[in-house]
Amino acid sequence: MGFENLLAGFQVALQPHNLLLAVIGIALGTVVGVLPGLGGANGVAILLPLTFSMQPTSAIILLTSLYWGALFGGAITSILFNIPGEPWSVATTFDGFPMARNGRGGQALTAAFTSSFVGALFAVALITLFAPLLAEVALKFGPPEFFAIQLLTFSSFVGLGGGSPLKSLVSILIGFIMATVGLDIVTGTLRMTFGITDLMKGFDFIVAVIGLFGIGEILLTMEEGLAFRGASAKMRPRVVWDTWRILPRYWRTFLRSCFIGFWMGFKPGGATPASFMSYSFAKRFSKHPETFGQGDIEGVVAPETAAHAAGGASLLPMITLGIPGSPTAAVMLGGLIIWGLQPGPMLFKEKPDFVWGLIASMYTGNVIGVIMVLAFVPLFAAILRVPFAILTPLIVSVCAVGAYSVNSRMIDIWYMLIFGVIGYAFKKLDYPLAPLVLALVLGDLAENALRQSLIMSQGSLLIFLQRPISGAITAVALFFFALPVITPWWRRLRGLPAVAVSPRET
Amino acid sequence: MRAADLTTAAVLIAGGLLVMWDSLRIGIGWGTDGPRSGFFPFWLGVIMVGACLVIAAKAYRRADRKPFVRRGAIAPVLKVLLPATAFVLSIHWIGLYVATTVYMGFYMRWIGRHSWASVVVMSVAVSVVTFYVFEIWFLVPMPKGPLETYLGY
Repeated sequence: MGFENLLAGFQVALQPHNLLLAVIGIALGTVVGVLPGLGGANGVAILLPLTFSMQPTSAIILLTSLYWGALFGGAITSILFNIPGEPWSVATTFDGFPMARNGRGGQALTAAFTSSFVGALFAVALITLFAPLLAEVALKFGPPEFFAIQLLTFSSFVGLGGGSPLKSLVSILIGFIMATVGLDIVTGTLRMTFGITDLMKGFDFIVAVIGLFGIGEILLTMEEGLAFRGASAKMRPRVVWDTWRILPRYWRTFLRSCFIGFWMGFKPGGATPASFMSYSFAKRFSKHPETFGQGDIEGVVAPETAAHAAGGASLLPMITLGIPGSPTAAVMLGGLIIWGLQPGPMLFKEKPDFVWGLIASMYTGNVIGVIMVLAFVPLFAAILRVPFAILTPLIVSVCAVGAYSVNSRMIDIWYMLIFGVIGYAFKKLDYPLAPLVLALVLGDLAENALRQSLIMSQGSLLIFLQRPISGAITAVALFFFALPVITPWWRRLRGLPAVAVSPRET
Repeated sequence: MRAADLTTAAVLIAGGLLVMWDSLRIGIGWGTDGPRSGFFPFWLGVIMVGACLVIAAKAYRRADRKPFVRRGAIAPVLKVLLPATAFVLSIHWIGLYVATTVYMGFYMRWIGRHSWASVVVMSVAVSVVTFYVFEIWFLVPMPKGPLETYLGY
């Protein structure tokens, strides 16, 4: 049954104008991924208002292509400039940049793009298999189950996200509180507006994304001082071909990284730990671990494959459950709502052409993507050689345009600026931004699920533990929430030394 | 970093208390058909105040003398932030397109010391391209000022 649906999806994805949109999306995405201060989430947020008048399927194809492009773009800056554009490309710099410095930049880039392609394709294949099954299961879910899944999503930020767990929790709460500002559509009450008319419509998460990630990131980049001293890469067909000939030797690394990536990635915030984990596994299983960090091609293959498998996997909960796994997926989810689609398991029943068009476009988008980046690497790398006195005002004004176009409200541009300062300060103080954005997006859904559950149980919170599915999910969520407390206690009990705080996702 | 951590926690605690106060005003109990509007935000506020108190206590005990912003690093940050604020402010009067031109031009000349020719070409080009993409192509209107009115848009 899945196969015919996929074929029908390809008929949608292979329509000429959808292919053209994929090409545009990949090109824009790569540019956005290369530019400091802009990333996948931002690019999608800025472009979203332009898709309001488009067909939903075409719109989502444009946005997912942009997402893939941004993932590819991150690899370019990591390898050629030693600047990880995204947190999950950090591990790629370990061996990618030394390779580029030794004149093997072309080889490193080819390996990175090919690994990304393999990882993403693996994830998409698994999505094709599992999404319909998961959606089928999810159809039986009621409000308590949905609230339990939300709890699980946010608990994994607290328990597994790294950094300070309390600050992760506070970020989530800030997001949820901001989501409640304005008119409560269930009771018609105004909340936290304090008589200010501008607060009545609440905060738009797109504006928050543009400010927190866009403006905040520019401020951080400026503080660290911009220094783009890149290695140059010559991409000749010969280099690509030679690299492709040796890559199959690393099939074990590919396979292992694919599984690590997918497993980590369908939980939120998984791409970065997946890339690090995959890198250290590759090193451990390697016959010559001492070459890692000096420019070993396997050190590029492992993190890139895992990061992209995780990036693809983060779309699985978005299309089946309506719960995004990453900020970029969150922005896309917001897009679905704006285009008049109800995210969640019903989507497979009600809009099969949309879902399968989207899944098929992930295949086509990746094929187009890998060809385009291989062909145009020098062009994309040249973007970083544009003087920053041009890049900075350009990025700020593009962000302003994006923020305004969401609701055509001047106040949103001010919010963007304020969010920018908040993003800058939070990043320095180790308050994570991704859970804040996710909570802001999911706030209304979470509150409604909680309300309906409590109405079902007449006010008893035990309903989340009494129903079998929601009980199991809630138990895991509570375990994750408790993990930061349990771990040090457990280690002390076993006489192990305390672990250093792991680095933070996004 | 310690002072910044404490300040942030204090601001968040104040915010949390404000949320709780407003939620109490609209009711946090059981209404005629389920929890009232203040229920969800009230408990969010409670947990946030609690978490921030612990964060503040931890930050207070830690002797972290590292400054929030390195000396000499605040200038480049302000050099981005202040022109950006001026840019947003000016949109109110002269519209987004003219403001973009002025902002691009000012920044390129002041920070980048680019030649006047490239300053003019670049800043005008960015505005014109934005105008065509948003106003004409995708029909997404941007804030406009006297110049656009004069040109008949």
